[in-house]
Amino acid sequence: METNWPDENWVEIGDIHDIPVRGARCVKTPQGRIAVFRTAEDHVYAMEDRCPHKGGPLSQGIVHGTSVTCPLHNMVISLETGRALGADEGEVRTVAVRNRDGMLSIALDSLMLMVAAE
Amino acid sequence: MKQKLVIIGNGMAPGRMLEELFEQAPGLYDVVIFNAEPRVNYDRIMLSPVLSGEKLYEDIVIHGDDWYARNGVTLHKGAKVTGIDRVAKTVTSAAGISAAYDKLVIATGSLPFIIPVPGHDLPGVLAYRDLDDVEKMLDATKRGGRAIVIGAGLLGLEAAYGLKRQGMDVTVIHINPTIMDRQLDPPAAYLLEKALTDRGIEIITKANTKCVLGTEKVEGIELDDGRIIEGTTVIMAVGIRPAAQIAKDAGIAVNRGIVVDDGMMTSDASIFALGECAEHRGICYGLVAPLYESAKTLADRLIGGASEYKGSVVNTKLKVTGINLFSAGDFAEGEDREEIVLRDATAGVYKRLVLKDNRIVGAVLYGETADGAWFFDMIKRGTDISEMRDTLIFGQAYQGGSPLDPTAAVAALPDDAEICGCNGVCKSKIVGTINAKGLTSLDDVRAHTKASASCGSCTGLVEQLMVLTLGDSYNPAAVQPMCKCTELGHDDVRRLIVAKGLKTIPAVMQELEWKTSCGCAKCRPALNYYLVCDWPDEYADDYQSRFINERVHANIQKDGTYSVVPRMWGGVTNAGELRAIADVVDKFEIPMVKVTGGQRIDLLGIHKEDLPAVWADLGKAGFVSGQAYAKGLRTVKTCVGTDWCRFGTQDSTGFGIRLEKFMWGSWTPAKLKLAVSGCPRNCAEATCKDIGVICVDSGYEIHFAGAAGLDIKGTEVLGLVATEDEALEHIVALAQMYREQGRYLERIYKWAKRVGLDEIRRQIMGDAEKRKGYFDRFVFSQKFAQVDPWSERVSGKDKHEFKPMAVVGMAEAAE
Repeated sequence: METNWPDENWVEIGDIHDIPVRGARCVKTPQGRIAVFRTAEDHVYAMEDRCPHKGGPLSQGIVHGTSVTCPLHNMVISLETGRALGADEGEVRTVAVRNRDGMLSIALDSLMLMVAAE
Repeated sequence: MKQKLVIIGNGMAPGRMLEELFEQAPGLYDVVIFNAEPRVNYDRIMLSPVLSGEKLYEDIVIHGDDWYARNGVTLHKGAKVTGIDRVAKTVTSAAGISAAYDKLVIATGSLPFIIPVPGHDLPGVLAYRDLDDVEKMLDATKRGGRAIVIGAGLLGLEAAYGLKRQGMDVTVIHINPTIMDRQLDPPAAYLLEKALTDRGIEIITKANTKCVLGTEKVEGIELDDGRIIEGTTVIMAVGIRPAAQIAKDAGIAVNRGIVVDDGMMTSDASIFALGECAEHRGICYGLVAPLYESAKTLADRLIGGASEYKGSVVNTKLKVTGINLFSAGDFAEGEDREEIVLRDATAGVYKRLVLKDNRIVGAVLYGETADGAWFFDMIKRGTDISEMRDTLIFGQAYQGGSPLDPTAAVAALPDDAEICGCNGVCKSKIVGTINAKGLTSLDDVRAHTKASASCGSCTGLVEQLMVLTLGDSYNPAAVQPMCKCTELGHDDVRRLIVAKGLKTIPAVMQELEWKTSCGCAKCRPALNYYLVCDWPDEYADDYQSRFINERVHANIQKDGTYSVVPRMWGGVTNAGELRAIADVVDKFEIPMVKVTGGQRIDLLGIHKEDLPAVWADLGKAGFVSGQAYAKGLRTVKTCVGTDWCRFGTQDSTGFGIRLEKFMWGSWTPAKLKLAVSGCPRNCAEATCKDIGVICVDSGYEIHFAGAAGLDIKGTEVLGLVATEDEALEHIVALAQMYREQGRYLERIYKWAKRVGLDEIRRQIMGDAEKRKGYFDRFVFSQKFAQVDPWSERVSGKDKHEFKPMAVVGMAEAAE
């Protein structure tokens, strides 16, 4: 997930250990709530905390493999792409995450750019 | 007056004979059975899976106690018959029980052959014949060390595999150059030996045991060539001999076994012999299929029929998980015989057909056994194969042009082709029964036809017949897998968790070969529940495998806020509690307050961050979580009973509160709602609850398996008990039985339908010991479950859950 954003665009959000393994935490931002996920293999992903189906808080779902199941109606979202898996359709906007020795940062600009592009 | 039928022995053969007899002529005989074993009739073919831990004894019972009761059979358990008086026509047991007979069936089975080498009587030398032997072997596995199995026949190898699975080192000793030499030719034996060696079982062939070593107990064995193999247990599996002594003593003709004619009659016209103790046309059979065939003949004879048993061709399958092996008929080489062989070393496939006069006389299949039934059928029929000889070895799919799909192959079988070898069930019987009785599930077909009900190796064929008969309306998956992560169904997973002692989710996934690295949102909560239920003291609840509601102890709503329901014991509250709720509503600006159907109050629209503070305030007023979110005990709804009501017969409010205080906190497969009504007017609506009580003058009528949701269903009556204490014990035991057997998310009414109401009544109402066991396990589990989750979180548990990880890019003022 490490991308080309310049350093000043990264915002520290905390330590990887603040997130339960196979779990998620939220980050409040001016652009809305971001869900930050940690998988069993310690990969970290971030995306908007809104299921494309009915707006369910994805951060509250069960994390399995590199997917999360929305707590409201069980839509399964890929943490890697933000896309709904299986027969469902829909996509969540992902946010770039950087993991340096456990210190996590997100690239807020990546989200703002997406908002601007709409 | 009814005739008296006495049976010595209670194995599978007489069990089957009685089934036939009761079906065709119920009530013809008064039946008395003497069983030397202290138990009911169970499936001996399945002892190996019990040994390997893949099944439990309960799974292999064929006739439970209720079957004997229903058919009016007197079963003397643990009663070994010591004498037959043919003049007085009586039999007598060692304990002095005697019974008179008009017809006597000797079905004493066989005895394991113990090689009389020095040391054969040391403690630690075991046979492999019945459940007692299996239990002794399982005991031995607890001590560990090396088990030495003498004899690499069917039983010996299954024992070796089971002991290996149970964690022992295993060496198999075999006197001949190749293993299973009565059923396999050397190339198949080689492949089998290799597969077993790969599983860590050491095999020594051409080895003759000289003596068993040890002074107090087994320490090993010595072979003829001087080799010494150290071990703690020796299993003798070199063969069986008919248990015919009792007949011999009574002066009945005995050769190797008790000699019978084609009507299964011995030299005494009132006495018959059946099963492994009998010798028919010079052959003593040791496999179940021929015994079942002869059982049918005997049942007919006892009714007055004239059917004749003409002997059987037998086939064999080895029950070692992951090894496919089939052999049938005679495959010795001979001048007048030809053979067709197919080998595929990479795939580990070996097939050999032995032909004589253009007919198949023997078949050995290793690695790929799907055509076993087809070849076996042709052996029995003596089908002329000259037309298809070129393609015969490739199997049924390759006959007549393009390959057939498996269903078409089954469709092509003749009506009288045998599908289930164990129970002798042919194709037309299965198809006919499906149509006549409107059967739709494999379990139904098993119950009505017995096909695939013994060893289960023909399950695939039976299912194909179901597809053929029912079309698309039948889902061929015998067991609905739990989810896409596994092929196993819920029941298998539950059984294996207990049998293999799996105590963590990763252990379950590793040992049961999950197809995904960490499961999915379907299987993880189910596994978490099963482990919590089965290992209450040892399992550490996996928080991340719980649905959000059970993680944050509140109910998520469509907008991501939560609702909170405090417990109101039995639906009773007071001014202080209501005032505290009102204060909380004001303080946190809770937008909606709603009275629930379970007699309590729901506070809706609470932000997740506020939950701990809401709970703290509620906790100060004495409230605990109502677990309105849990797959667990929810509410106990009550009416006012004898406290106030002029019709009340018992203290329904008090009992409801007592039940709720006893059972709160317990996790169950799906939500569990109770109610107690003080009289049959039933104001607490107990007759549509998961468990309900209707109080009456004479006591407490316990109901269960109601539904008033997706389905609407009145309850069933479990039974009537006299006192409140008894009612509590019965209800708790019922809940525990459901906890232990229910599939995750399966409500109690669905579970009850699956298990059978009679079975539940039998265990909870009729079997005090079982009931006590369930009750005690529930009480034990409650020691770990009754912790108020709200106060835990008020004290700081799972803090991270209720706070954002970070707040970024926002002005302070925005907070």
